[in-house]
Amino acid sequence: MSIHDWFKRKKETKEAVYVRERLDIPGNLWVKCYKCGQAIFAKDLEATLKVCPKCNYHFKLTAGERLKQITDKKSFKEIDPHIKSKNFLNFTDSKSYTKRIEDAELKSSLSEAIITGTGKMGGAAAALGIMDFSFMGGSMGSVVGEKVTRLIELAVEKKIPVIIFSSSGGARMQEGIMSLMQMAKTSAALGRLRENGLPYISVMTDPTTGGTSASYAMLGDINIAEPGALVGFAGPRVIEQTIRQKLPPGFQRSEYLLEHGMLDMVCERKKLKGTLTRILKWFHEK
Amino acid sequence: MKNNNIKKLLEFERPLLELYQKLEELKEVSASGKMDMNEEIRMMEKRIRSLRRDIFSKLTPIQIVQVARHMQRPTTLDYISLIFEDFVELHGDRNFSDDPALITGIARLNGQAVVVLGHQKGKTTKENLARNFGMANPEGYRKALRVMRIAERYEKPIISLIDTPGAYPGIGAEERGQAEAIAKNLREMAELTVPFIAIITGEGGSGGALGIGMGNRVLILEFAIYSVISPEGCASILFRDAKRANAAAVAMKITAKDLLQLGIVDEIIKEPIGGAHNDPELAASFLKSAIIKHLKPLLSLSHRELIADRYNKYRKMGIYLEE
Repeated sequence: MSIHDWFKRKKETKEAVYVRERLDIPGNLWVKCYKCGQAIFAKDLEATLKVCPKCNYHFKLTAGERLKQITDKKSFKEIDPHIKSKNFLNFTDSKSYTKRIEDAELKSSLSEAIITGTGKMGGAAAALGIMDFSFMGGSMGSVVGEKVTRLIELAVEKKIPVIIFSSSGGARMQEGIMSLMQMAKTSAALGRLRENGLPYISVMTDPTTGGTSASYAMLGDINIAEPGALVGFAGPRVIEQTIRQKLPPGFQRSEYLLEHGMLDMVCERKKLKGTLTRILKWFHEK
Repeated sequence: MKNNNIKKLLEFERPLLELYQKLEELKEVSASGKMDMNEEIRMMEKRIRSLRRDIFSKLTPIQIVQVARHMQRPTTLDYISLIFEDFVELHGDRNFSDDPALITGIARLNGQAVVVLGHQKGKTTKENLARNFGMANPEGYRKALRVMRIAERYEKPIISLIDTPGAYPGIGAEERGQAEAIAKNLREMAELTVPFIAIITGEGGSGGALGIGMGNRVLILEFAIYSVISPEGCASILFRDAKRANAAAVAMKITAKDLLQLGIVDEIIKEPIGGAHNDPELAASFLKSAIIKHLKPLLSLSHRELIADRYNKYRKMGIYLEE
């Protein structure tokens, strides 16, 4: 790496922060693409389902935006909206976990990092879990684990398939070991779903790593990822620190995972609903 | 032998150093035949024991982490040779390679045929390089699952010994699906039709530990730890300073006592004074009786009961508010 690269990287990071900040402010007319820097008219971005028209970069979606893009109008019925996180370890780093939860609620207007419920796609019913990265990095604590498990149990009861959209940095450290146990709980529930002959489709969006990828995100009968999504077990920084080498280009991106056999497909956002509907209908056929 | 004792001392055991040096002097005098020092030697050994007991009764979480990671701490292969009979190691995942960081095999425990598996660390740098410091690749997890399936096919209980810093974070591991390998193990372990006991003997490092750890019973050695991320990792992410591992170790509640309180483990297995490395034989005998005790009631359960027992155990895990 030359000194010029170093400066370039730094500039990009600054830009990323800038874009993120801009995105969080409603009423902005222009948005700059995180990847290619293209200025996009905010309304246009909505029309392209938040995909950059120039470079195909898939912006992160909130759970609400995802629901709107994926489900048939008015078909979604939320379950378990009232389960909330508790600071049972009295965990405090630079902020207390209690404060972090409050901040996340304000920032995301959500009660947790996942919304669960039932909905329809092209008329086909499914149990849906949609994670939201803006709530504490989509981290999985007791609530995410419980909501996912209840969702799967509901699917078994109603005999419908499960679809989960993951967007998560992994387990929620503020809940210590209990967050790790959510991997066991959710994976065991998926085993039951399978025993009951019901399908599970996992959709991995940027990013899906750590405890989330090492549990329900990787266990789909069908694994789908959005283009360019970071998907992996360890984060790239941890790997770089461990092996003390630069990572190959495209490493841990969806296309790389497809090449290595971990995914059934990389699906563009505009084709996602159609693809999921087609798959659901195939499974529904008697 | 005495030098060895001194070499094994951890930082917080420094007060023992002086006593050990005195003990050594006494022994030298005694050996030279000038004076009978046997009484003094006995007294000194007693003082060492009692000081050590004192030190170990007040360890902080980060000190417990040091004991859990002690280079001389008994490894899975040590425990296997001390606890089991007729061990035959089984190799390979039948897909890609054999992972030396995770060993599997068939053996007998008190006459009972079992499958035994666990992470394998080394005790020297050379051994650790060969064993990848006990950090398994996807092949390790896939080998473990293959051998668990053998246990299931032939109705033999599974004993899993956990001691790993975590699953290996490397390029190859990612390419070959580390996340998928662990996730699949979790789903499949939940449905095993045979008794399954997991014991955390040293470091229970996150998904790498859980990947072979979904037992009907989960036991832990007194100075072992079980954590979602290493204290150093947590400190560098949340506390923005890897040096604050101490604070992170306290905050995450990773010691055996904490884990028992949280309902993550079923029992704490006592260690010899000064930790398992001070007396591996005694540590192994405590471990053996605990395994036998917990295995017994499981042996009479049906397939269905075993699966339900395991499902309910993990189904209950999680603490949250519901309005």
